[in-house]
This record gives sequence, structure tokens and C-alpha cells, in this order.
Amino acid sequence: MRKYLLLCLAALAWPAQAALKVLACEPEWAALVTELAGERAEVAAATSAWQDPHRIEARPSLIARARRADLVVCTGAGLEIGWLPVLLRESANPRIQPGRPGYFLAADFVALLDKPQRVSRAEGDVHPEGNPHIQTDPRQIARVAEALAQRLARLEPDQAAWYQARHADFTRRWQAAQQRWETRAARLRGVRVVSQHNGFPYLYQWLGLVEVATLEPKPGLEPSVAHLGAVTEALKARPASLIVRAAYQPARPSEWLAERTGLPIAVLPFTVGGSDRASDLFGLFDDTLDRLLAAAR
Amino acid sequence: MFKRTLLACALLTVAQPSSAEGDLDAIRQEIAQMKAQYEARIAALEARLKEAEGRPVGSTANTAASHDHDHGRGFNPDVSLILQGQYAQRKDIPERTITGFLPAGHVHGSERGFSVDHTELVLSADIDPTFRGYANFALIDQSVSVEEAWFQTLGLGEGFSLKAGRFYSGLGYLNERHPHAWDFADAPLMYQALFGERFAHDGMQLKWLAPTETFLEFGVEAGNGNAFPGANGNSSGIGAFSTFAKIGGDLGASHSWRAGLAYLSANPKARTAHWEDANGDAVGTTFTGDSKAWIADFVWKWAPQGNPKTRNLTLQAEYFRREESGRLACDGAGTLCAGDPSDRHRSKQSGWYAQTVYQFMPRWRAGLRYERLDSGTLDFGGLPLDAPDYNPDKTSLMLDWSPSEFSRIRLQFARDRSMQGIDENQVTLQYIMSLGAHGAHKF
Repeated sequence: MRKYLLLCLAALAWPAQAALKVLACEPEWAALVTELAGERAEVAAATSAWQDPHRIEARPSLIARARRADLVVCTGAGLEIGWLPVLLRESANPRIQPGRPGYFLAADFVALLDKPQRVSRAEGDVHPEGNPHIQTDPRQIARVAEALAQRLARLEPDQAAWYQARHADFTRRWQAAQQRWETRAARLRGVRVVSQHNGFPYLYQWLGLVEVATLEPKPGLEPSVAHLGAVTEALKARPASLIVRAAYQPARPSEWLAERTGLPIAVLPFTVGGSDRASDLFGLFDDTLDRLLAAAR
Repeated sequence: MFKRTLLACALLTVAQPSSAEGDLDAIRQEIAQMKAQYEARIAALEARLKEAEGRPVGSTANTAASHDHDHGRGFNPDVSLILQGQYAQRKDIPERTITGFLPAGHVHGSERGFSVDHTELVLSADIDPTFRGYANFALIDQSVSVEEAWFQTLGLGEGFSLKAGRFYSGLGYLNERHPHAWDFADAPLMYQALFGERFAHDGMQLKWLAPTETFLEFGVEAGNGNAFPGANGNSSGIGAFSTFAKIGGDLGASHSWRAGLAYLSANPKARTAHWEDANGDAVGTTFTGDSKAWIADFVWKWAPQGNPKTRNLTLQAEYFRREESGRLACDGAGTLCAGDPSDRHRSKQSGWYAQTVYQFMPRWRAGLRYERLDSGTLDFGGLPLDAPDYNPDKTSLMLDWSPSEFSRIRLQFARDRSMQGIDENQVTLQYIMSLGAHGAHKF
């Protein structure tokens, strides 16, 4: 009788179909894990589209989540350097430490743009590894998806077929969507833009947009009135067609410039959850393109 | 938009009845249009070139890349150096104490005028897959003090982690923080009174994080007990023991909090301090007995949508209690303590501080801290010592400016009434600069 009871308790504590617990540093990777793992993963995102992924704190709730995670999926390239090391350390969870299969950095599988020639803090919040905002290009998402599917299969070898099938299905849908997006965005090629933060080089590279200025004087430093004035002047010589800002960023600097130049602003979701329509990765790019096309009209 | 307007203009011009002026306009428009088209094509070519440069060679080029982008500095440890200095306007008081509290010694930052406070040198790295190491040295003119030097397990599993060496105790909220991470230029009075700024163990710490939705952490620490309030001399026993529990979580996207309870027990042997006898003459005291302290701490943070970059608010409070009992002796030739009398000693003292720091716009924060201590009951038995009945208090107001997360300049005003009979206005202008590795701070 006692043995039976113990078995019952054990069954309750560890259900046979235990989901893989995943902590994603950013919402785009949470969405990607959901695409690739479906109901096999219980996914939580450490940040939302309304937060600056460079600057959040290793809050107690996040440490508690990291403690229980089987896998952390983060961007890497120094994006989370201000909080992820503390989170991993405080979690006391060996499964997700650097070098373990439960530690996955998306940037490891992508060739990064904007590797700085000069690594100095005088240049602002530069990442020696390159620009970490890779999620704005669907081709990079596809590369990360491939590596992530392999990693999930490695973590749950008996479910490898499941992950392979999900990945194949995702790839098919993603390639079709990418073709659709590229057709729609053809007229954006060569359009000149001003960005608030240098958060979109991958998007610009994909669509052929040309960044002529950024509102932050140095990456990560708040736009100053003096710098905004200089940008306004420079735009007279090298005009742009629109201003691009991520949803989480303060509205003031881009609105200041829009007031003076009459340029339209495209507020892009930047990641999943950054707008109502960006509820998953497909919606993220649908909405991003709509907003760019509307502003560039 | 520009191109479309041009096109529309061009079409209109073509549709209009031709005239010499119209022809000229049409040619001008055509040239402008061609120019725009070429610009666009050049931009597209530039973008393609950039793309070609950035594209990985073969699709598997990067799958073999190491997972160590964050640790890309080879085997070198993370090094950071913190420069901290200040200008302090203070009264000329030869020996600062907190009235009613046996002094703990080692309270820095009391130099007047310009001074270079601590220069902190921090080295840390994963030692191997099993351990991580950390060392923090405070450099002060002719001396180097080892503030912390410890190693910690990385993968004990089941939420356990073990730390050994010299480390700041996990008790309270502020105790583990180094001065460069403080919100004010000085430590709260109660930290100065109880621990001489903070409590450090030379010993071991075992922590356990519960596998729960709510953050729940427990820790026990044991050390040699040499640091105040301990004084262990040369003993092989455990001179100090502490334990703590912490709980925390989020309330919606914008609020997060943490609360903690901690207990510290030390058994000082022949701990010496300066005091005054009933006539007000300076005497020495020696204490042997038990020292127990309880700390309750609470912190609540707000940031709109959890994004602290533009605005955020922190509320923080800690309450402390200390009880000491044992044998106290006093000495001093020509004072009431001549002949080194000793007697039973008992004290129950408490204090608290509460502070709020508000970042009202990027780079700028303002803060207010109020603290109040209760010298409580001081029972010196039959010893001829002064037992003041006084409640020290202090109000501090600060404004700081941080051009980036690596630099901070702070101005602080304080009205300090920690010494009976002295009502002091303090002005501190302080800088904190960090060079090198990105120092990630705890919540």
C-alpha cells in the first residue's frame, strides 16, 4: 500500500510528458521555441517588447525561473551582459551554465554585422562581438531556428523526430512568408531612413534600406538636443524619407525630429509583442513591413 | 514619398500643353528623377555589397562557433577597476562615533576635503566547469585590503551553491553591495554601528534556492568570527554564524519586490573599543560574550512596463536589532576605570533606515534617506561607564548624474545627528567611475 502511494506521489510530481522548461531572454526566441517545440516546451520570456533588453535587472522572479529552466535561449553578443551572468549565477542551476547544452546563444549561429573597428567605451555601448539585434531579419531567424531545433533534439534525444518534423514545417511556412515579404517590400529598396537606436542593421540589410543617421549620438546614449540639431542639419544635405523607432524606445527624440523635418515615423514592434499584430514571429514581420510601407508612402 | 511626388510632377508636366518653359521644367524633372533613381540603385548596390561581406561562408560556418561570445577574452579573467573619490565638507571631529553604540572601527569616507576613497580592483572568472572565483581588493595609499576573495560552485545542482573564502555576508539588503553600488555616498548608520559598514565572513556559505514560482532562497554561513561584532583572536572554532531567508517576486510588469530576514550570532573574545566613563573621560573597554543581531529588509522597485531606462523608483528599508551580553572590563589610568574593573554587561539596541531613489529622467536620479537609531538599554552592571540615552538620526538628500552605466557623479547633503550634542550639515561631492569589465549588479 505504501509503495503504491509513493508511486502515485512520484507520478504526480513528475508527469511522464514533462515539458521542457525554457527561459528565453527576449520574446522573439520565446516565440521561436514555441514554433519549434509546440506543447513540448513551457516557455517564458525574461523581457517584453516594452523593455530595453540591454538594461533590465536580474529580478528575483527571473532568478526563480532560471532555477527551474532546462534551457535558456538568449541573443548573446553582449546584449544581456548586464544581467544574464547574474541570473545564471544566482540560479544555481548547472543545466543552463555557459558551455552546457542548456545554454543557447542565437548570435553564435549568425554572422554579426557592425563589428566595431575600435572597441572603446568612448564609442558608447558598443558590442565588440557585433550588433546583437539579429531578430529583425527573417533569414537570421531561419539560421537560428536550424541550430535551435538541433539543440532541442539534443536535450530530448527521444523526441528528435518531433523536433525535426516541427522544424521542417516551420521552415516551409517561413520560406513562403519570406518570399511574400520580399515581394511586398521591393519598393523599400534604397529608401533612406533615420533610426533612433542602431537596432535595425539586419532589417536594413535584408530590405535594402539605407540608414543615413541615428538619433543616439553613440549607441545606448540618450539623444541630446545638440545631436538632434546636428542630425536635422545633416538631413538637409542628405535627406531621408522616414524615421524608424522601436516600440520600447522613448517617443520624444523621434517626435522632436519629425516635428522639425516633417518626416513620418515608423514605430516598429522590434520583437514579438511590440504591437497587437506582432503576436508571433510571422505577425512581427507582417506588421513591420506594413508600418514601413505605410510610412514610406 | 519623394520619388512618387517627383513622378507625379513629371507626369503633370508632360500632360500640360507644351511650351518652352514647360519643356525646360520637364527636362529638369527628368534629370532629378534620373538622379533619384541612380541614388536608389547605388544605395541598393551598397546594401548588397554589405550583405555579401556579412554573409557566412557556407550555412554551417557558424554552428561550430564556440559558445563563448560572452567570454571571448580567452582565459583572462574579467577585470574591472573602480575609481572613487570625493570632496567632503565636515566638521573637525577627531574621533567620530555613533552615540550609545560601541564603535566598530573601520568606517571610511570620513576624511575631510578632497580624498581618494577606495580604489577597487575586481577580478573574476570561471575557474573550470566546477568553480568560479572572485576577488575584490581595496587600494588605499600604502595598503591593500582584501575585501573579498572567494570561490563558488557552479553546478552543485538542486539549487544548492557553496561559497568559501572571504565574502560579504548575504544578510540584509545592502550588506553584499560594494560602496560603488550604493545609492548614497555613505553606508547607513546602522551598518556602521553593527558591522563597521558591512559584515564579512572568512568562512563558508551554503545557499539553497527553492524550485518555486516565487523566489525563495535560504542561506547559512559560518566563519572565523574575526570581523566586528566578532573578535576571535586565534581560535580554531567557529566564531560567527549567520542565516538568512529571502523571498521575492513581481507584481504585474511594472513592480518587483524582495524581502529578507537574517540572523547573525558572534562570540567575541576580548573585543576592544573606546568609550567614556561617567566623568566623560576616554577609557578602553574589553568585551567577551555573545552578540546577536536580527535584520529585516525590504525593497520594492517600480519601472513603467519594467523598462527602467527613462524612469524608475526604488523604495528600500531595513530594520536592525542587536543584543549583547557577557563580561565587560574597562581600563584607563587616571579615570574611573583605574584598576581594570569588570562586570556583567547587557545591551539591547535597534535602528532602521528607509530610503527612496527616483530616476526622473534618463541619467538623473534623486534620493532621500532617513535613519533613526535607538541606543536602547545599556546595562554596564557596576562599571562606572557613561550610558547615554540618545536616539541618533540622520537625513540625507542626494542627486546623481550618470552619463552611462560606467560613470556617476553625486552630490549629497546630509543633516547628521549621530553624535549627541553635534548637529552637523555634511556636503559630499563624489565620483564613481568603472573601467573594464561590465559589472552586472544584483537586484
